[in-house]
Amino acid sequence: MSEQQSNKPVVTRLVLTVIGMFAFGFLMVPLYDVMCDALGINGKTSGTAYRQDVEHIDESRTLRVQFVATRAQGMAWDFNPDAEQLSLHPGETREMLFYAHNPTDRPMVAQAIPSVSPAKAAAFFHKTECFCFTQQVLQPGESVEMPVRFIVDPALPTDVKHLTLAYTLFDVSERMPDKLANASAQAH
Amino acid sequence: MSAVIDTHHHDHAHGPAKGLMRWVLTTNHKDIGSMYLWFSFAMFLLGGSMAMVIRAELFQPGLQLVQPEYFNQMTTTHGLIMVFGAVMPAFVGLANWMIPLMIGAPDMALPRMNNFSFWLLPMAFGLLVSTLFMEGGGPNFGWTFYAPLSTTYAPPSVTFFIFAIHLAGISSIMGAINIIATILNLRAPGMTLMKMPLFVWTWLITAFLLIAVMPVLAGVVTMMLMDIHFGTSFFNAAGGGDPVMFQHIFWFFGHPEVYIMILPAFGAVSQIIPAFSRKPLFGYTSMVYATAAIAFLSFIVWAHHMFTVGIPITGELFFMYATMLIAVPTGVKVFNWVSTMFRGALTFEAPMLFAVAFVILFTIGGFSGLMLAIAPADFQYHDTYFVVAHFHYVLVPGAIFGIFASAYYWLPKWTGHMYDETLAKTHFWMSFIGMNLAFFPMHFVGLAGMPRRIPDYNVMFANFNMISSVGAFMFGVTQLLFLFIVIKCIKGGTKAAANPWEGAEGLEWTVPSPAPYHTFTTPPEVK
Ligand code: HEM
Ligand SMILES: [Cu+2]
Repeated sequence: MSEQQSNKPVVTRLVLTVIGMFAFGFLMVPLYDVMCDALGINGKTSGTAYRQDVEHIDESRTLRVQFVATRAQGMAWDFNPDAEQLSLHPGETREMLFYAHNPTDRPMVAQAIPSVSPAKAAAFFHKTECFCFTQQVLQPGESVEMPVRFIVDPALPTDVKHLTLAYTLFDVSERMPDKLANASAQAH
Repeated sequence: MSAVIDTHHHDHAHGPAKGLMRWVLTTNHKDIGSMYLWFSFAMFLLGGSMAMVIRAELFQPGLQLVQPEYFNQMTTTHGLIMVFGAVMPAFVGLANWMIPLMIGAPDMALPRMNNFSFWLLPMAFGLLVSTLFMEGGGPNFGWTFYAPLSTTYAPPSVTFFIFAIHLAGISSIMGAINIIATILNLRAPGMTLMKMPLFVWTWLITAFLLIAVMPVLAGVVTMMLMDIHFGTSFFNAAGGGDPVMFQHIFWFFGHPEVYIMILPAFGAVSQIIPAFSRKPLFGYTSMVYATAAIAFLSFIVWAHHMFTVGIPITGELFFMYATMLIAVPTGVKVFNWVSTMFRGALTFEAPMLFAVAFVILFTIGGFSGLMLAIAPADFQYHDTYFVVAHFHYVLVPGAIFGIFASAYYWLPKWTGHMYDETLAKTHFWMSFIGMNLAFFPMHFVGLAGMPRRIPDYNVMFANFNMISSVGAFMFGVTQLLFLFIVIKCIKGGTKAAANPWEGAEGLEWTVPSPAPYHTFTTPPEVK
């Protein structure tokens, strides 16, 4: 009898650890995002607009920014940037247009996911405006021009001379039933 | 809980119940240990058959036997079954049988839970194997089941795969709780922690690893389940999730998992080498600390599986050096094993043969591991057959040889008979030659660029692959000999004394062979 009871404290502690570790698994998700944000790793850029206080342009440096547009598997839209690249000085605000076209016969909702490489430059790539902050809704056959406005921080490490901003466009129609319903209503 | 004690007292005089229900309802650690061992052997043969399908397809370049879709299911289920169905349950079986005997306990601390954790396993693997016959086939995304390959692009049966992992995980967690409670609470008087046999020590540490990481595995498959069925986006970039995060969470579980598969083998080998060297283990204390150090380090090296996903250079360096650091405590262990043998009165019965082969071949696997740990070099090795060669060198002559060594070492205690030494030595040599033939050439084709998880390959790899396949068939067939040896030993043979090995030490050898149904009902006195 006493033997069995002495198991209780150990087992209780172990079960609590198990529950704690299960929770920790889920905690790794926000932790991961915080780490990526704080360290600017993984090529992730901020999901909200950047507000610049004082403009400071570093004319002594010229950078090249390349634009890449990819469609996720199964995505039917046409999607490409207006130009493949541009040159700029750190601190300067620039804009690039991306074209999207829905060739299908149904309204669709799309989401663009940005990524910057080299990954360590991601934290220095600020978007003041981006079509990736929201979803895009296109009617059948409709086209749209989508701007992204951005500033490369003058604090960017000097060994980086060349950045790539890549967007992958995903079909999120099924995940966004309300937006899709709205869009379908407009179409009729 | 008191009911457990009651039945226990009733049982005392009777010994095992009669008939099939004995096995379904048993709470006896020896019965449950045997069931674990038989189950794991069945899974070993099943996972092995899948390896035979893989090696048969790879016997020649081109597609001969199976289609790529089916090939992928074979590699995936082979890996899953070997890891979760063969190796882990085998060690839990050994723990069930031997830990109470080694620490002078009458049974495991939680006998009913013990029964339940065993019976979850047939359910888990029944479910997993059934997916192979479902619409769209079974899991085909590799044993690492990276999302979104295993979510967005998975066959419909993936949901059952997830439940199978949940069940197997719950089973391991309960097994680990039981083992820790047993070791902490049921040691005989005088059996202090630092007097515990090393097999008990390594299992104690393994059990803590299980407690720490199996819930994380359960968490990550739960996230997959939610992504698939409830519209969340943990791993879906379109919804703000991140596929790379899957790999972080998976390998946070996955790297400690590889130590879960090897630490108990370290423990078993640390029992066997002293017995056949007729010398005490060299450096007992350092063995304990080295095991603990390995377990600790196993939590901070996971991203060595992810050198090529694009982590920052500081990350690459950290994980590279942390991984290499593991070679230090591991080197301590190998040094101690060799020093134990040094100037010992060595004899090479089957357990010792497997144990010595373990030390040599595991070290080879460790060296290829060090090569893979070099981040810049890993860009070349990643996802090639070099990786397959590496992990089979640590798993087959590591985990599996550790299990064989333990089985031969303790079979006389389990059955009361000596096994057939000649046949056992044949089993050893055939396994030894077979596995080296099968896996050594994989280093070469891997370095030359042959990718893993592929049903067809460039003709320039043809010769080495044929050798690999011949070795694999040889290794596979030999395991039927092992089955025969075990059955023969159960049926009869030379009577085994309480201590059949001249140099073996420990409480398990103080009880008669075969070990009676109930042992140490009054705790022994340990001096
Ligand atoms: C009978 C001896 C064995 C043979 C011949 C064998 C053969 C193979 C082969 C050829 C592959 C690579 C398949 C591919 O990448 O295309 C493989 C994968 C694998 N094996 Fe084995 N194996 C054996 C035993 C084991 C054991 C004992 C374990 C574990 C304890 C194991 C664990 C794995 C794992 C985890 C994979 C990776 C599966 C994946 O890529 O997702 N194997 N095996
Ligand atoms: Cu690892």
